[in-house]
Amino acid sequence: MSRLADKVVLISGGASGIGAATARLVVREGGKAVLADRDGAKGRALARELGDAVLFAPLDVTDETAWNKAVAATVETFGSLHGLLNAAGVGVRNSIEDCSLAEYRRVNDINGLGTFLGCQAAIPAMKQAGGGSIVNISSVLGLRGASYAMAYCASKGAVRLLTKHVALHCAQMKYGIRCNSVHPGYIDTPMIAPRLDQPVGNMSGRQWLEELHPLGRLGRAEEVAAMILFLLSDESSFSTGSEFVCDGGLTA
Amino acid sequence: MNAARYGPVRMSGELSGQVAIVTGGASGIGAATAALLAEAGAAVVVADLNAAKDGVGRFVQHDVTNEHSWQALLADVLKGEGRLDIMVNNAGITGGAGNVESTDVATWQRVQAVNSEGVFLGCKYAIQGMKRTGPNKARSKGSIVNLSSVAGLQAGAGAIAYTASKGAVRLLSKSVALYCAEQKYDIRGNSVHPGGVDTPIFDPLWQMVGREPGKAFLDARHPIGHMAAPTEIGEVILWLASDRSGFVTGAEIAADGGLTTGLMRRQPFVAPR
Repeated sequence: MSRLADKVVLISGGASGIGAATARLVVREGGKAVLADRDGAKGRALARELGDAVLFAPLDVTDETAWNKAVAATVETFGSLHGLLNAAGVGVRNSIEDCSLAEYRRVNDINGLGTFLGCQAAIPAMKQAGGGSIVNISSVLGLRGASYAMAYCASKGAVRLLTKHVALHCAQMKYGIRCNSVHPGYIDTPMIAPRLDQPVGNMSGRQWLEELHPLGRLGRAEEVAAMILFLLSDESSFSTGSEFVCDGGLTA
Repeated sequence: MNAARYGPVRMSGELSGQVAIVTGGASGIGAATAALLAEAGAAVVVADLNAAKDGVGRFVQHDVTNEHSWQALLADVLKGEGRLDIMVNNAGITGGAGNVESTDVATWQRVQAVNSEGVFLGCKYAIQGMKRTGPNKARSKGSIVNLSSVAGLQAGAGAIAYTASKGAVRLLSKSVALYCAEQKYDIRGNSVHPGGVDTPIFDPLWQMVGREPGKAFLDARHPIGHMAAPTEIGEVILWLASDRSGFVTGAEIAADGGLTTGLMRRQPFVAPR
């Protein structure tokens, strides 16, 4: 399989969850992946497992300098950059009444500012490569509100809209760079693991989350990765500024 | 329209006994909204960095990015006006015209602090105030109106930091609406998405291209053929603030002259290439 032959993809949050699943798929489809993550131990271990086509780069997504270093390491190792997946993020439960300003800012910095900085750092390298594809992970909670996830909703709403800005800017500048957002439902990843054991009413956390989806189950990281692969590849060459939903029917 | 059934269109006295805070109420959409709320009988507190020369209501010096300023404002209003029914989170900045390549982190943070964190704090303290004063005899409910933008619906209209902040307002408003519904607080929350409105926010553009040509350009961009007067947005906010919109919560109300509606046979505006 070679749907991404010789394409180089930088993945924030690449050490686990949707990021890691995408890295595996990128490699399987003939591409190179850079796992950029705060978790060095996990990231290096996965990079070793996947072999020569994968590099680990330490990355705190809220740090502009770290982004520039990760992009530089990517270009130095693999020669260019064609794809960016902004998958790093935090999922936090809070309401408008119990969320502090510091917590609101922390969530929005990681999910919102982090995605903006990723796009900004990747664009110059993609211009040099003659074009590229940026995929930003928003959420179903960037499409719908949630009483229990106020700061998270705000940050994913920001990602949804900044994605459109990046798409229009790059189109207008004729950079050949596309940018789309992906809106997963609840995916069985480390991000939601703490919730699975917290009962809601007479249901387990897992049952409650499963029942939100008309398909009656949680999503798998591989299922979201398959959508991301399509967006990273040239198969999606006429899609930009768009919202790709992968939610088992939750928002239907 | 059946006036006997729906009542007079003007809301004269309809909001009497109610208390409203309008952030950024000294100019633009905020000032127009404050005037309409006052005309409808509400006691209006204009919270802004600087007072208007001849504005309505009571002015309180206020910085939406500062949590202490919010605590002081709420205490002041509960002491002065005695209650809180209507919160209009209107204060906002554009932060210039920066795109994804030209925007620096400091600009990003400054725009988020005013437009996103400011609205978050506005909702948080509004709920505190509305809960503390309990139901009004004439009205059992509270209403929070957050100003987003067409830039919270589509990206064409704005700079990246502004666009992201208005996307955040759009979604946080829904979370606030659902949370208040779940808690049975009788507080509604909605977002308003204006198109181009003739306010001081466009002063930098007028200085660059001249007011008349600039306005003609923006008028032509809107399918309806003109930019909004601040009062046209104020009327939408007034409706959302009043019980007339009693079943509307978590909604995104575009007041944009058709700007984000879709395609026309004759495009009113073609983006410069």
